[in-house]
Amino acid sequence: MKISIKREDNIIKYELDLKDITLLEALNYIKSNLDNTLAFSSGCRSSVCGSCSMRVNEREELACNYKVQDGDSIEPLKNMSVIRDLVVDMDSAYKTNFKAKAWLNKLTQGVSLNHDDEKRNEVQSDCILCSACYSACPVYAVNGEFLGPFALTRVWKYVSDKRESDEKSKIDNVQSNGVWDCTLCNECTLVCPQDISSKADIEKLRAKSAGYGYMDPSFGSFGGGFGFDGSPSF
Amino acid sequence: MNYKSDVLIIGAGGAGLTAALHAKESGASVRVLTKEYPTRSQTCMAQGGMNAALANVSEDSVEAHIANTLKSAHGEADEEAVRFMCSEAINAVEWLDSIGVCFSRTADSKIAQRTLGGASAPRACYAQDYTGLKILHTIYDRCLSQDIEILNEKYLLDILKDESGVVKGAKVLDIRSGDIEIYEASAVILASGGYSRIYDKNSTNSTASTGDGIAAASRAGAKLIDMEFVQFHPTALKNSSILISESARGEGGYLLNSKGKRFTNELAPRDVVSRAINDEINKGEEIFLDIRHLGEELINEGLPQERKLAKLYENVDPVHELIPVRPVAHYTMGGIEVDNKSKTSLDGLYACGECANHRVHGANRLGGNSLLEIVVFGKEAGLNAAKYALETKNAQSELVLEDGFFEEIKECKNEIDFYAKREHVGNMFYKDVGIVRTQEQLKSALLEVKELQASLNLMGVSDKSKVYNTNLVEFIEFKNMLEVCEQVVSSAIKREVSCGAHYIV
Repeated sequence: MKISIKREDNIIKYELDLKDITLLEALNYIKSNLDNTLAFSSGCRSSVCGSCSMRVNEREELACNYKVQDGDSIEPLKNMSVIRDLVVDMDSAYKTNFKAKAWLNKLTQGVSLNHDDEKRNEVQSDCILCSACYSACPVYAVNGEFLGPFALTRVWKYVSDKRESDEKSKIDNVQSNGVWDCTLCNECTLVCPQDISSKADIEKLRAKSAGYGYMDPSFGSFGGGFGFDGSPSF
Repeated sequence: MNYKSDVLIIGAGGAGLTAALHAKESGASVRVLTKEYPTRSQTCMAQGGMNAALANVSEDSVEAHIANTLKSAHGEADEEAVRFMCSEAINAVEWLDSIGVCFSRTADSKIAQRTLGGASAPRACYAQDYTGLKILHTIYDRCLSQDIEILNEKYLLDILKDESGVVKGAKVLDIRSGDIEIYEASAVILASGGYSRIYDKNSTNSTASTGDGIAAASRAGAKLIDMEFVQFHPTALKNSSILISESARGEGGYLLNSKGKRFTNELAPRDVVSRAINDEINKGEEIFLDIRHLGEELINEGLPQERKLAKLYENVDPVHELIPVRPVAHYTMGGIEVDNKSKTSLDGLYACGECANHRVHGANRLGGNSLLEIVVFGKEAGLNAAKYALETKNAQSELVLEDGFFEEIKECKNEIDFYAKREHVGNMFYKDVGIVRTQEQLKSALLEVKELQASLNLMGVSDKSKVYNTNLVEFIEFKNMLEVCEQVVSSAIKREVSCGAHYIV
């Protein structure tokens, strides 16, 4: 099996005499047996730590959750600066959680949650911060300040939580470089290893925003935009 | 460069981040360093649950939790520490609930609980089988809300002291730039995780669990205790050592041998179940976990991760097929000795989480007590370190900076491949310092560890670049692992009788 790895500006081919293994096992084999200088990140090997996120044949994958195939082409994530080989600097991606204020604003005690409440944001809380969605998101090409898919999913997680009693300030905070900047292209959903749809979460945040009187700024030129009932108000 | 803070925390898993929150709340300035990123620690891999005697599902009591923990510890736990942890468990779960952890719920809107091995009642609060992940991420979110400074990809080399031997900081490798950095602080908290990766591929753990903090603490003169107590988890996937959570047995999964026969009580403590499996394997049997009878709906609802991992790594779908398993190293009870204020034997140095030994697990940890420990003692470490730091911050002292560990490593030649040696040590430890041990095996293991240490100067790195040199990081980890290996075997040799996870014949 031959795979090629993008290392800085070079594409290096490696030949492995192994079958039915994960990409991470292949990378570990290369690192310890063929080339000690290959740099990549990994951790849990079981798809929960998010360390080994990278692009395979131009699609974001977790190396530990992908069975490597002959001819695969591996490269680092996009939208972040490459530190070395397959390692990117994720600080800017992580920072979006801070900018989006993705946390419970006011601590609440004694709120009783039932099964429906639990299910409302169960999927969103499965996020492992692997940044696959951040890499796949085309908005960053035009707006580096975009809060981005996983941070907005996290905001939805807290907004939808009955324990959050200050929903409005969370919504206020995601109006600029946030919910309206998303193009709803769905690329984030397609690459999420945890089956989370940030696009759907962003749509839910838009609906909540409308409830608080916000509207899509791109409709501003209609002179007043749309009313709360969705009908144009001229 | 020189950076100062009141409290410096090394490690950003559940224990480190909990410590950070409480230290900051006490009014101390706090800085957290992590060799990865804050949500990538071992905590995210904890699946089964977190113990607290809430009695939400059936009758339970703090006393029963204490009794179960002490029994499992085989007399090696400190009753006062266990009493404290179990009594604080209810507050700890309430705190996590208040910051937004999405625990699974019962039909009557209480936090749901399941039974894990060695527990007399359903006591483990859980969030499907992603309990650790969801707790860790919520604590991380809380740290962001408090604007706690977390610096990523900083690798601890040495703990630094002043002339009078008081801990005052740490020497760190910035993995990205390759530069050495000095961080000064009035108190240092180690929350750097356990050492199960000394067993290499025979471990469920993240590749990062290499005992760096324990080795650095030991080099600085801190006392380590109970290092021989290594817990083997009964059910890891046979070929990859990926963990299949105890919740699979908690939900009613069986263990079967090749003849399709059950051979042990699946919900006995982990050391007992691991030995039972080990005995069967020695008789030539293969061992399987059977959860088929639980049904697809329950498996998808309660054990989704298990199903995904079994398919990926063993090509079996546990809804219809048996899962091949074996016990592998999972949790290390031993570590840096701390008192009931989480203080180590060195002034200025605190420890919490798996690297610390609060004597709550003794010779065998109960499932569900590790997530509990990191929250309860993470808080204690944070509060006590902050108090100490604020009391001593105006004392005048100078850091002692001298060449040591890192400078030695840089001098090593690259003639022997340490990756091959790392794998060899892991396999040798699994065989000789494993589930069942003999004095002869232990002595030969110690000899071998010492020989490897003596030839470390020939095992240096082949990658000479400065930026993000993982070859170098892995070599430093290997050196740390050998130091830890020596401690594990030496302690095992001293303990001549069987006790919990240390089983000697």
